[in-house]
Amino acid sequence: MQVNGEPMSRGQATTLAAFLEAADFVAARVVVERNGAIVPRAAYADTPVGDDDVLEILFFVGGG
Amino acid sequence: MSLPTVADDAFELGGKTFRSRFILGSGKFSLDLMQTVVAHAGTEIVTLALRRANVGGPGNILDHIPAGLTLLPNTSGARNADEAIRIARLARELTGGNFVKLEVIPDAKYLLPDNAETIRAIEVLAREGFVALPYMQPDLVAARAMRDAGAAAIMPLAAPIGSNRGLTTRDMIAILIAEIDLPIIVDAGIGRPSEACEAMEMGCAAVMANTAVATAGNVALMAEAFAAAVAAGRLAARAGLGRRLTSGAEASSPLTGFLRN
Amino acid sequence: MTMSFAHAPYQAGMEVITSDIGDQILARLADYQPEATAEADVARALAADRLDVGDFGALLSPAARPFLEAMAARARTERRRHFGNAVSLFTPLYLSNHCRNGCVYCGFSAGNTIRRAHLDGAGIERELDAIAATGLQDVLLLTGESRAMSDVDYIGAAVKLAARRFAVVGIEVYPLNTDEYAYLRQCGADYVCVFQETYDPARYLEVHARGPKRVYPYRLDAQERALRAGLRGVAFAALLGLADFRRDAFATGLHAHLIGRAYPRAEISFSLPRLRPHVRNAAENAGEVHEAELLQVMLAYRLFMPHAGMTISSRERAGFRDHVIDLCATKMSAGVRVDIGGHDADEKGDGQFEIADDRDVAAVHAAIVGRGLEPVYRDHVRV
Repeated sequence: MQVNGEPMSRGQATTLAAFLEAADFVAARVVVERNGAIVPRAAYADTPVGDDDVLEILFFVGGG
Repeated sequence: MSLPTVADDAFELGGKTFRSRFILGSGKFSLDLMQTVVAHAGTEIVTLALRRANVGGPGNILDHIPAGLTLLPNTSGARNADEAIRIARLARELTGGNFVKLEVIPDAKYLLPDNAETIRAIEVLAREGFVALPYMQPDLVAARAMRDAGAAAIMPLAAPIGSNRGLTTRDMIAILIAEIDLPIIVDAGIGRPSEACEAMEMGCAAVMANTAVATAGNVALMAEAFAAAVAAGRLAARAGLGRRLTSGAEASSPLTGFLRN
Repeated sequence: MTMSFAHAPYQAGMEVITSDIGDQILARLADYQPEATAEADVARALAADRLDVGDFGALLSPAARPFLEAMAARARTERRRHFGNAVSLFTPLYLSNHCRNGCVYCGFSAGNTIRRAHLDGAGIERELDAIAATGLQDVLLLTGESRAMSDVDYIGAAVKLAARRFAVVGIEVYPLNTDEYAYLRQCGADYVCVFQETYDPARYLEVHARGPKRVYPYRLDAQERALRAGLRGVAFAALLGLADFRRDAFATGLHAHLIGRAYPRAEISFSLPRLRPHVRNAAENAGEVHEAELLQVMLAYRLFMPHAGMTISSRERAGFRDHVIDLCATKMSAGVRVDIGGHDADEKGDGQFEIADDRDVAAVHAAIVGRGLEPVYRDHVRV
């Protein structure tokens, strides 16, 4: 799996929610783009993740 | 006759009403300071940037911003309209709100915005229900196009981002204030409270600052100084500036002496 | 537009456009109280870097009268800043005085027994040639409102003849639909004058007893239709003295201001006709507008819209005209004939009003030069 431009193992996770938790992301604080499409936050538990997926995981930082 | 008060001077933007006209940028200072700075700034709108998340690291900024504030994500990093649109949509998913400060910056040296691409982004985002607040190079024709595309306000730069150089585009901003019936919010380049005050005296609806506060000796004190300056400038604009005597000479013979009956 | 006030109903063929400018004018006009303005308001307006609508209203008020000299001084500076020494010259050419409207103040009014005339193509050419021989490069074509006697094809043909000889062609004809303006633009028209006469809807109905002109909003939207059709410039005026001239001047300025906002590329200009006695209507003159008041209106226009053109009518005497071109006006007519065929043609018809300055082009040119200003015959080239 590609995550934020780096190869990363999804481990045992088969859903996005499980992956985020296993990888130590706070689900409520990130927004995820899977294969170029925004994943609605309510759908994390129902969104499958596989080895070919490309994820972008973003969060807010300070900015002007 | 009763004087108008600060309380009845609400500022409306994107269907929300604000009392503070000072928009605070959250970059370049430590998260631990956030609550104190926000309190001193009296701000109701805070800008944010979207970045790739890293695992672990310091706490999340959203945990440090008091509830009730309006989050204004920017699209920094976008070099064209499509990237700005993408970032805006991602940010909306995260904030649940529809405000976005559009920054389209294809120039790495001066960080100056691309007005044409910004207009293109507004056209798309306004249709999707965004309250689009475009950061822009102060240009009347571009501002009109942004208005027509559905912008909720116009955010001209006073000087390049982060430069603290003050109101270098003063005359162009004055033209936007005179000609565009949208809030004009000065964004970027303001270095001192006195400059924020002057922008408000000129008739700007609000002022946004970040670097000037973040790089001050005492961040919280400077935030408060900006808030006071913005409020003073707003009062002056509402009061109507007094006359300034010029040293022009009076015509020696009357110009209207030719009139009959 | 669908206006929110009572007016004569649109007539068949009149185009209705979407615009809120008329309603905006009437809303601001309802709040405008010239008599309530204080001298302090005038002083503040005169000191403002950029005048807003409220400042403009203050300058038109009776309280501004003691400030006339100060207004003139600032206006003169603004005029120099935006127009330099240039004074544009033009002359009107009356094509036809047939008219269906019954305007109580007008010599062409349908009810008046005057000598009616209508130039044919050859007559128009003779008149245009006579005007061109004076050196003028800007001609304004006028007709009364009669689609039977002077239809759009007739006007278009006249515009084509004029465009062949003149650098700038204006039209002051009855209000037209957008496609008709587009056609006249194609023929070579540059700018359009449509004067609302009075912005007071009730007074408007009183003085426009019959004819298509009764339809206030169709006339009010004419500038917008012309600009949508691609005309370069539009002119605005109230006939001062027909109703409260301060309120009408306020509405005229506001109209021009709002059109300028909505159509930033438009070249905007003002005219300032005031009611002069003429053959049939002395009793209908509602209120005298004295020279000082006329000048006050001109100065207020100049200060409110420093970039707008301003034409001074030959209805005013030479001494007045020669002074105001230095203070605020930017354009004046010369060699004016308001009768039909007055320049050369055989066909002859009576004029619309009396003029007070009948100097020919050479005399007006000399007067402009005598004031240290520069006569300008053409300010653009048609490409």
